[in-house]
Amino acid sequence: MRTILALMVLLGVSWCGFAGADEFTKEDLKKWESEFMSVVKKGEALFHSSSLGKNKVSCDMCHPNASNTHPETYPKFQKQLGKVVGLRDMINWCIQNPLEGETLKADDPKMIALEAYITYERRGVPLAPGKH
Amino acid sequence: MKKQVSRRQFLKGGLAAAAAATLPLGLVEVSWGKNNPKNFTFAYISDSHLTHIKGTEFVRNFDKGLKKAVMECNFMSPKPDFVVFGGDLAQLGKKEEIDHGLEIMSRLRHKVKWVVGEHDFYLDMGEYWQKKVSPLYYSFDHKGVHFVVLNSILTYDEWVNRWSSPMERMLNMARLDNPNGSPFMVKEEQIQWLKKDLKAISKDTPIVVMSHSPLYKIFKPWNFWTEDAEEVQSVLAPFQKVTVLHGHVHQILYNQIGNISFQAMMSTAWPWPYPVSYKQKPNQVPKLTVFMNRADPFKERDATGWSILNLEDGRVTNHYKLWENKDRILKYDKEKGHLVDMEYQDPSKRIPPQTHY
Ligand SMILES: [Fe+2]
Ligand SMILES: [Fe+2]
Repeated sequence: MRTILALMVLLGVSWCGFAGADEFTKEDLKKWESEFMSVVKKGEALFHSSSLGKNKVSCDMCHPNASNTHPETYPKFQKQLGKVVGLRDMINWCIQNPLEGETLKADDPKMIALEAYITYERRGVPLAPGKH
Repeated sequence: MKKQVSRRQFLKGGLAAAAAATLPLGLVEVSWGKNNPKNFTFAYISDSHLTHIKGTEFVRNFDKGLKKAVMECNFMSPKPDFVVFGGDLAQLGKKEEIDHGLEIMSRLRHKVKWVVGEHDFYLDMGEYWQKKVSPLYYSFDHKGVHFVVLNSILTYDEWVNRWSSPMERMLNMARLDNPNGSPFMVKEEQIQWLKKDLKAISKDTPIVVMSHSPLYKIFKPWNFWTEDAEEVQSVLAPFQKVTVLHGHVHQILYNQIGNISFQAMMSTAWPWPYPVSYKQKPNQVPKLTVFMNRADPFKERDATGWSILNLEDGRVTNHYKLWENKDRILKYDKEKGHLVDMEYQDPSKRIPPQTHY
């Protein structure tokens, strides 16, 4: 009994001492936004550099401002691959073919950064999964 | 001797490729006039962007595009009177790239008229180009048509001088979507030269202007734009038949402003999206243009190509030679007073791949 009470007191203290899940401040929002934008910036730099490939070709040479990448349409049936794929599969296809480079793992921070930049440049466009 | 061998090898490869893919040039032969000596044909190759990797290595894909266009030009029958190269021969203006481009272009059996692009220019401000390739702007007369070549990719001196090295400047100009870019210009000196050049030309003489950038305004963030375009247009306005041919945009694009018809040439290297597909900024893409098909990235020559241009009655009919698509033909419609696509101009005739988003 004493132990339970003591536990409750402890938990009570902890509820009061830390902000709950739905309580965050304007400062938090600012911080998260700047964390996100720093990854977008990394993605932008990768997208415009020849470091992903081996032949000096970079993504922006065909996709200025990441245009004509249609992130809102993925996953979709990619007719040339004969199956439904995600945006990252197409990113890897471009790295392997026009850039003659090596593919990135799905959880590679570089892949996340590329996805962040490509999607950010497409902000405001409604989702259209499957659209060709 | 060494050059002889490489030329023969090239032709051998070319013939094999031609046999594999028949060249649909017959269509053009029919339309180019034999009766009217003032009608003639020339070819236009543009934006090959040959990219040096290291040593003697270049990006294979872009080499292939230019070689294919050169080979097909050599198979034209009847022969073109000349071939125009529309600029962006090189990717970063390097001597290696310009030399490599000249070597491939030397296999052409026709005379070449050169237009300079920003990728050829901003490493050394056109020094090597002028020494090895061509003057930056000039004019010539051919079978009753007055041709003018302009260097339309100049920009503000302040921007030119802000970089710590020539290569930094080149790289910043080479990035199409660069927020630190600078708009293209013809500039006052050349506009004065143009006025003088056109002074003695009668107003009914057909004028064909060839520039690298479009001499009108489409989308500033990608430099589909010439800052002083209106000034150049006003110099051309008094002439009855004016055509402006340009590269740079790597896509089918055409427009009509007053008496001036504008036509873009394809790139042999890669296509660029239409600015309508970048949703964050407004654009002024001409409503007249029926878009090219969306490119299939798995076909590396898709949405690239070159043009056969037929000068008919002082107007330019453009036969886009598209390597993975049906050819497109643009012709000036006298009644309508602008260019029309011979197949797709009517909105009901358009096909789903022409939708860009
Ligand atoms: Fe170009
Ligand atoms: Fe260009």
